[in-house]
Amino acid sequence: MLNPQLTPEGHLKHLLTIEGLPQRILFQILDRAVEFEAVAHQEVKKVPHLQGKSVFNLFFEASTRTRTTFEIAAKRLSADVINLNIGASSQSKGETLLDTVDNLSAMQADMFVVRHAESGASHLIASHVGPDIHVINAGDGRHAHPTQALLDMYTIRHFKQRFENLRVAIVGDVLHSRVARSQIHALTTLQVPEVRVIGPKTLMPPMIERLGVQVYHDMVRGLKDVDVVIMLRLQNERMNGALLPSRDEYFKYYGLTPAKLVHAKPNAIVMHPGPMNRGVEIHSEVADGMQSVILKQVTFGIAVRMAVMSLLVHPSAKA
Amino acid sequence: MKIHITHGRIIDPATHRDAPGDLYIAAGKIVSLDQCPAGFTPNRVIDARGKIVMPGLVDMAARLREPGYEYLATLESEMYAATVGGITSLSCPPDTDPPLDEPGLVEMLKHRAHGREQTNVYPLGALTQQLQGQRLTEMGELHDAGCVAFSQANAPLTDTQILLRALSYAATFGFPVWLQPQDAHLARDGVAHDGEVASRLGLPAIPTCAETIALNTILQLVRETGARVHFCRISSSNGLDLIRKGKAEGLPISCDISINHLHLSEHDIGYFNANCRLVPPLRSLRDRDALQQGLEDGTIDALVSDHAPVDLDAKQLPFEAAEAGASGLELLLPLTLAWARQRKIPLAQALSRVTSAPANILGIGAGRISAGSPADLCLFDPEREWEVTPAALKSQGKNTPFLGLSMIGKVSHTLVGGFIIHEDARA
Repeated sequence: MLNPQLTPEGHLKHLLTIEGLPQRILFQILDRAVEFEAVAHQEVKKVPHLQGKSVFNLFFEASTRTRTTFEIAAKRLSADVINLNIGASSQSKGETLLDTVDNLSAMQADMFVVRHAESGASHLIASHVGPDIHVINAGDGRHAHPTQALLDMYTIRHFKQRFENLRVAIVGDVLHSRVARSQIHALTTLQVPEVRVIGPKTLMPPMIERLGVQVYHDMVRGLKDVDVVIMLRLQNERMNGALLPSRDEYFKYYGLTPAKLVHAKPNAIVMHPGPMNRGVEIHSEVADGMQSVILKQVTFGIAVRMAVMSLLVHPSAKA
Repeated sequence: MKIHITHGRIIDPATHRDAPGDLYIAAGKIVSLDQCPAGFTPNRVIDARGKIVMPGLVDMAARLREPGYEYLATLESEMYAATVGGITSLSCPPDTDPPLDEPGLVEMLKHRAHGREQTNVYPLGALTQQLQGQRLTEMGELHDAGCVAFSQANAPLTDTQILLRALSYAATFGFPVWLQPQDAHLARDGVAHDGEVASRLGLPAIPTCAETIALNTILQLVRETGARVHFCRISSSNGLDLIRKGKAEGLPISCDISINHLHLSEHDIGYFNANCRLVPPLRSLRDRDALQQGLEDGTIDALVSDHAPVDLDAKQLPFEAAEAGASGLELLLPLTLAWARQRKIPLAQALSRVTSAPANILGIGAGRISAGSPADLCLFDPEREWEVTPAALKSQGKNTPFLGLSMIGKVSHTLVGGFIIHEDARA
């Protein structure tokens, strides 16, 4: 099967999922992001890479952080940015997803940044748009959130320099998490030798070990000697029901507390894709503690998204 | 009209015949095999050199979308697709709008479908009113109107007390009940097999135990009531094991699988191919292989098209939101042939799964070639290759996971009751 994200020459055409992307492209994005990070420290925080290009933020599902960082990234690249909160307009009037996309394509869009509640929405859009339009998946259902995973890799590389000697644990609701899936693909592609997922059986997807991870249900054992702890958000609606009995019990077994964190390596970093539920998956003392790099993730997110956008438009140029 | 079919390779799965020969047809029936009856002067001679002459196919599951879903397909378009596919008898599930739950609707459908020169249609009546799983339909009246069996189609019947009573009532009169075994609670919101692919793509999953739990429940109710039950669309190896045990125990059961589940697995979903959104879901390769074996050893009685035309708009959606179903009338024969070729199964044995075996379950006289049986026949060129494209498919439903693939075997003539209802000059 052809990878729908790559051109026949092997350049990135769309960014839909980390799965199937060669390591070379991941490093290309991470390297380019290093250069873009400097832009934030310039007096004029702008470069002309996407001048004259129109980037449409197509958010079929609410998001503040992701949409904002995409918007900042596009603006720093000098693109024109149009934000569409589709949930509130066309879809409620009965327009189909592809009709919406066709209409926006007719407005000479160059790039769509898509967030949608259903897995595969970005693939569908990418298979439908004209040859000159790029699609970035900003989160589709439970499937993928590739830019989040890339900024997480950027953060890990920033603090740990290398990937080939790391032990990484991802903790929480892996079943419903597009972030976790993309992180797993990114970590394994970057040759991280040991990726662990930790959570109750009700929140683990079937056969997840086929993706190259080790499954732990005991958090203390799972955190033993890890270099990186990635906490996942637990959605409110999943806290009381048939998946979990209560948020208190979840916190008891899977909340990251200082007492549990001591089992990780002393210099382990703590990450979270946000937004955090303090007291549900993470204790405030850890979230605000020395080992937390959660706010750095947000900052790095802008540079990484700039790198992705610029790579799509200029696959071979330097940043 | 008298027809002489000459120089064909005649395969009759019911009698395991596979030999060259001639067929003589008069007054809608086969009057003689091989021997020319005295004084027989045909109005038409069909030269079947290089072709296989077999009983017309009997498809146990084809949605014609009438009444209620004429925007998806019409009786005309789908009946035509059936004839092009060599299908001369089909049964249609009651999941129309309104469902086939009262005699008037069945009579109307039969009236629309029973022109003289068309594929025979055998409707399935709804087992419960509106398929809601609460109140029984007038099975006796529906039977008199032409329903050959009773079914819930894909609609759940979650209340086991009602299921027990429905089976008891049907058993009173010897009416067969066709059920698709899938536990509605375990299948809730699911769209794919709970394996590697669903986990990778982030699709809500349906575990195999949704099938085995439903099967175990129904099998136990069969033991209680003695009802004759046909299981529709088995999808898993574990499910198949339960059927095998039930048959060994002597229970009055039979089952079918779809052409999609015979050839495909969860991996064919690829990057969210909505044409692979099916009910039940495509399962693992191991399951697929077990189904291929089960169809060969006869644990699975029949292979069906599970034809469900869906329009493009309902498929051009994210996988979860896409409507389930695949078009299949025109693929039933070539995909049966492909399975026989892959597993080196003699054609007379393989073709029984789409002729004599389903005819036996339906209790109709079709699906065989013998003197005195109705002249429902399919002639096909076993060498001819064709590509599955939207234009090549006559069905209004262009939705099939096999789009773009090459098929071997093309129907040249379809006869129903001695009438040539389809003739492809090129084949």
